[in-house]
Amino acid sequence: MKVTRKDFLRIAAGSVVAAGTGTLVHALSGSAPATAATVGESKQRWGMVIDLRQCRQQGECDQCIRACHQTHNVPEVPNPAHEVKWIWNEPFAKVFPFQQSEYTRQADGGTLPVLCNHCASPSCVRVCPTKATWKRGDGIVMMDYHRCIGCRYCMAACPYGSRSFNYVDPRPHLRQVNPEVPTRSAGVVEKCDFCTARLAKGELPACVEACPQGAMVFGDLNDESSPVRQLLAERYSVQRQPHLGCGPSIFYLV
Amino acid sequence: MRDRVLIFAGLSLFLALVTYPVWQGLAARSSTAGPVLPATAAGQKCVAPRDVMRVAHMEMLMSWRDLKVRENQRTYTAADGTVYTIDLTATCLTQCHGPKEKFCDSCHAYAGVPAVNCWSCHTSPPAAPNPGELR
Ligand code: SF4
Ligand code: SF4
Repeated sequence: MKVTRKDFLRIAAGSVVAAGTGTLVHALSGSAPATAATVGESKQRWGMVIDLRQCRQQGECDQCIRACHQTHNVPEVPNPAHEVKWIWNEPFAKVFPFQQSEYTRQADGGTLPVLCNHCASPSCVRVCPTKATWKRGDGIVMMDYHRCIGCRYCMAACPYGSRSFNYVDPRPHLRQVNPEVPTRSAGVVEKCDFCTARLAKGELPACVEACPQGAMVFGDLNDESSPVRQLLAERYSVQRQPHLGCGPSIFYLV
Repeated sequence: MRDRVLIFAGLSLFLALVTYPVWQGLAARSSTAGPVLPATAAGQKCVAPRDVMRVAHMEMLMSWRDLKVRENQRTYTAADGTVYTIDLTATCLTQCHGPKEKFCDSCHAYAGVPAVNCWSCHTSPPAAPNPGELR
C-alpha cells in the first residue's frame, strides 16, 4: 500500500491526539499517591495549639522542655554542635521570620516553644530511604529508631529544624534515666513523637501536662468539638511558615 | 638409635602443640556445662513454651517490635489467652527474667552469639531495684 503524504500527515495528527488524550485522562483520573506513606488510617489528626499570651505570662519558662526531655531520655550534650532536643525555646523572630515589623517587634519579644509540627505532608517522610520515619493514620509523624540508618536526609528536608542527630552516645549525658523509655544510640536521628506511649495510655503529652499556665492544648483537629478546634475557631492563630506546604499541626495563638 | 633424643623431643613438641587448646581451656577454667538459668518462680509461665522460645525468641522480639512501633499495637495475646504488654524492659525482663546479664547474656555468651544490638538503647533492669541506674 502506498502511503501518500496526505495519509502520513493524517496518521501523525491522529497519533498525537490519541497520545495527548491518554495523558490527559491519566492525569485527571489518577490522583497522585500522596498518602502512600500514611499507615493505618484513622479519623483523628492530633494537633496542638500553643497560646503565646499564656506562655509569655510565665516569663522565662522551660517546664515543658524539662518534662519532655526527662520523660524521653533526651540527653544534655554540652557541645552545642551535638545538641539533641525534642522541644525547645526559640526567639520569635526565628520562628516567624516574615511576621516582623519594626513596630511589632516589642510585642513579639521573647522566645516561644517549638517542636516537631507533625506535618500533614511531612517532607521528612518523603525523603527517608528506609521508612524509619513515617506518618501514622492519626497524624503523628513517628520514628522507628531500629530502622534509622542515620543518613540525615530528614534533617535536611525538615524546614523547621525539628530533628536532632545523635553525633555521640547520648547515655553519658543523661542525668537520670526513665526506665520506661529506651534511650537512643549514636548514629540515629530523633525528634518529638507527640508522646505516643502516653497517648496509648490515655494520657496527655508530657509538655501539655507540665505547663503551669495551660498554654498548650492538645487534641483532635478533625473533631469540631475538640478544645483545639474551639480555640482555633475563636482566636487568630498562625502556623510556622505555612507557605512551605508541609501543613503543620501545631498552631500558635499570638 | 642415636636420634632417640631428637625423635622424642619432636614428638613431645608435637603433642604439646596438638593439646594446646585443652591446656588453654583448663587454664581459663572454661567448662562445657551449659548456662544455669534461674528457676521459674511458682505460678509464672512464659509467653510461649520453652522449646519455642529457645529457637524462636528472636522472631517474637522482632514481631513485638514491629507491632508496637509500627502498628501501635501495644499488647500481645499468648496462645493461652494471657495478655502481655509489649515491652522488652518492663515485661520480658523486669516482670520475668531479671537483668540481661543473668538471662540474655548467659546463653548468648555460651553459644558464642555476639552481643545483639539491643542494649545500646533498651535498658536492663538492675539486679537490685535501683531505678535510674545505667545499664
Ligand atoms: S516538623 Fe519537620 S520533622 Fe516534624 S513532621 Fe514536619 S517536616 Fe517532619
Ligand atoms: S536519618 Fe534515619 S529517619 Fe532520617 S532519613 Fe535517614 S534513615 Fe530516615
